Amino acid sequence: MSQQTKASPDRRQQLSEFLKSGKASAFLQKYTMSIALVVVTIIFASWKGKEGLILLPSNLTGLIAENAYVFVLATGMLLCILTGGNIDLSVGSVVCFTAAVGCTMMAAGANMWVTVLVMLLIGLAIGVFQGFWIAKLRVPAFIATLSGMYAFRGFSNVVLNGYRVDISNDGFLMLFGNGKTSFIPDFIRSANPGLDSVFTKDNAFLTRLIGENFVTKFNVTCMCIGIIAALIFIALRVHKILTQKKLNISQSIPGQIVSMIIIAALVLWVSFKLACYRGFPMVLIWICLVLGIYAYITNKTAIGRHLYAVGGNEKATALSGVKTRNVYWFAYANIGLLAGLAGILTAGRAKGIDPVYGEGYEMDAIAACFIGGASAYGGIGKVSGMIIGAILMGVINKGMIIVGVDANYQKVVKGIVLLVAVMFDVLSKRQKR
Amino acid sequence: MAKILLEMKNITKTFPGVKALDNVNLQVEEGEIHALVGENGAGKSTLMNVLSGIYPYGTYEGDIIYNGQVCKFSTIKDSEKLGIVIIHQELALVPEMTIGENMYLGNECGHRFAINWNKTYSEADKYLKMVGLEESSKIQVKTIGTGKQQLVEIAKALAKQAKLLILDEPTSSLNEEDSRALLDLMLSFKKQGMTMIIITHKLNEVSYVADKITVIRDGTTIETIDNHGKEPVSEERIIKGMVGREITNRFPKRENVPIGDIRMEVNHWTVHHPLYPERKVVDDVSMYVRKGEVVGIYGLMGAGRTELAMSIFGQSYGVNFSGELKLDGKPVKMRKSEADAIRHRIAYVTEDRKGNGLVLSQSIKVNTSLANLNAISSHTVIDSDKEYAVAEDYRKKLSIKTPSVEQLVGNLSGGNQQKVLLAKWMFAEPDILLLDEPTRGIDVGAKYEIYCIINDLAAAGKCVVLISSELPEVLGMSDRIYIMNEARIVGEMKAEDATQESIMQVILRSGRGA
Repeated sequence: MSQQTKASPDRRQQLSEFLKSGKASAFLQKYTMSIALVVVTIIFASWKGKEGLILLPSNLTGLIAENAYVFVLATGMLLCILTGGNIDLSVGSVVCFTAAVGCTMMAAGANMWVTVLVMLLIGLAIGVFQGFWIAKLRVPAFIATLSGMYAFRGFSNVVLNGYRVDISNDGFLMLFGNGKTSFIPDFIRSANPGLDSVFTKDNAFLTRLIGENFVTKFNVTCMCIGIIAALIFIALRVHKILTQKKLNISQSIPGQIVSMIIIAALVLWVSFKLACYRGFPMVLIWICLVLGIYAYITNKTAIGRHLYAVGGNEKATALSGVKTRNVYWFAYANIGLLAGLAGILTAGRAKGIDPVYGEGYEMDAIAACFIGGASAYGGIGKVSGMIIGAILMGVINKGMIIVGVDANYQKVVKGIVLLVAVMFDVLSKRQKR
Repeated sequence: MAKILLEMKNITKTFPGVKALDNVNLQVEEGEIHALVGENGAGKSTLMNVLSGIYPYGTYEGDIIYNGQVCKFSTIKDSEKLGIVIIHQELALVPEMTIGENMYLGNECGHRFAINWNKTYSEADKYLKMVGLEESSKIQVKTIGTGKQQLVEIAKALAKQAKLLILDEPTSSLNEEDSRALLDLMLSFKKQGMTMIIITHKLNEVSYVADKITVIRDGTTIETIDNHGKEPVSEERIIKGMVGREITNRFPKRENVPIGDIRMEVNHWTVHHPLYPERKVVDDVSMYVRKGEVVGIYGLMGAGRTELAMSIFGQSYGVNFSGELKLDGKPVKMRKSEADAIRHRIAYVTEDRKGNGLVLSQSIKVNTSLANLNAISSHTVIDSDKEYAVAEDYRKKLSIKTPSVEQLVGNLSGGNQQKVLLAKWMFAEPDILLLDEPTRGIDVGAKYEIYCIINDLAAAGKCVVLISSELPEVLGMSDRIYIMNEARIVGEMKAEDATQESIMQVILRSGRGA
């Protein structure tokens, strides 16, 4: 008891010190976009007459499918931006070109795995080619990729003869598409037919938990994937906190636990929503794979460190024995490869390819990075921030469609969001001085 | 007693979390040169930013009284209107533009819609003459040297009708000759009645030029010393005020370590300028370093010291190399690669820590490991725990003052940044350290600590090449001294035999055509 009373003024003092020390503004600054995302979602979810529509399982599934290309391309774009604010304008055209080649091949009856491999290799080859101009011949990235943007748009038209090409390869559409088949089948329920008698409208508890409309179709596999993912995440984070404690690294442990709980809860919530609809979308596997791999590369590997260092101070990095030109080359080869993957996803979703597909994709990717806190001068930016940026853009898009904003005004709103996001970033940095 | 031109009364300036200035008082008499000294981060530049209106009225407490009037500047323009002009440490000139364009940048002659170029250039030429520059104002700024660029900055200030001129470390990038010329120019301005405030780290300049010296420490005024006595104020006296204690010996004594065999040797080393390949930047240099030895290289700015060091370090500067590099007596064919140099256990610690040394947007931890990522990673995957431990280890060893190694390097003071840079290169485990101006722009206390680190390195059997343009430093720290001038080595002396005079004589005698 006595300890309690002693502790409470201490706590209060700690809180006021926390507020005074500028840590509060640092906290706000770090999580500005996450807070914005929550606020925007709440606004759309409580829109008069459209309450809760955006949170419907079908809309959430749609949100993921529609923005798959943004996640993939923005990941590649982030690495380019890290090297010093360099962008790649050609990705939209490269997406269209790889998809054009792939669809033409499949329409002619080629094997889907061969096609997928060819598409990825074409993307990589284009990336290596453009990277050569940028890294070795030192053509400004903006110009080298601008010419790529024109050239590969032209090549796409040549390949497609100006017409749309449709594909009907079932395997391809299942793995990379967005149709009814493109979900992980609920093998847990099909292996245990007994579960069907549990998930009925008669089961009052589950009906209240899941909802009347969804309970009979509830996808147990999807929910299990979500639970396992959340558990793995918690285990990793606890391990991290424990090693930090062992090494006496001073990080705010409560803060890390809170963010851990929030993220785990979000994972569970999303998998629950997906389970209510058709289950775990195949595209989400590719998205998670890409995001996971690149979060690891940027955080944990030497090449990731080199990306940040080159963007932060190229001369110092070169004098530290790093071949800086190769770092640029890596970034651009890499975005080519990811553009190939985005081409696969685009073709799968559209069940074919049209010569105008992919226009403006580069801008969506760039916007996601900058909204997600990447610095326009390079050296600063994280995959996690970019994810928030991409989701924020996606939610705003979807939300505006749901509440019925005119399509032309949607673009205006997107532009304003980008400007405001970057303004926040600039202002918060200026206050530091 | 002369009239008081400027009085700053009880100035207090707070940034979120820090009190940068705490009741600072400053009195400047008309027609005097007033020196403002203090360690890095003591608040000198903040005080001058308050004075010039960069921090507008209302963001600080206290009064600025100029010419008997209380001033409330809200922009730099307001203070410039009254003749208070500040020349910042970093030169603010656009290299691609002409001298004249630079001088009237933001202050253009003529009327709103048309610049009067004739007037611009004739006025500019007039002011250039006043600062002793012969150049035409129509040539590009990038074609003249740093010393002359500094003079252009002063001419620019004069063109603004300066009455009170503030010079923030004006000589930090100048060699001794140019520095002396600049100080003499200041003295001649003083005769014409100009009032000046000079911020500097170089105490010999202070006692040479200043009438009064105000010492600032930790955001407060410590004392104002009069420099009118018969004897100039001694440097020890000023240092005592700056650091709050007496530093009896500015250079720590080295343990008597036996000096070993020759570790590195270059013979007939010649390097050409990367842009003008016909020009030699290093000309037939032969030198060697032994294990456990500190070898000083002294020379004026532009003598080719940095070029020599960088060309040895994986040919990172210059073209058309010739000559021979020997390590442990064996000739080494090194490719044009910094990584190769690091593999041969050579490290080059740059003179320009912000430009060429550190990634300011990254943490101490990241900077410490950058030159030797292999040591903390397996199969290119970084072990972040190991990395943290390494950075923490160096933080303690070099007493880098920071709450955590996760702190961004950009937030550190100059001295601590320099220590991070040293930590980075010590972690690369070199045997030969080429230290290029390791104490430039850092305060007295931090300098002493850097000297101690150098001594420790030598005691551990490393070879240290100490490049410096401060004679006392070279004399105080080295075992042996090479003297460079105009791309060549013009002399070699044992430290015991060398004096400031003898070294300067070698340089003056070596001058071509002299």
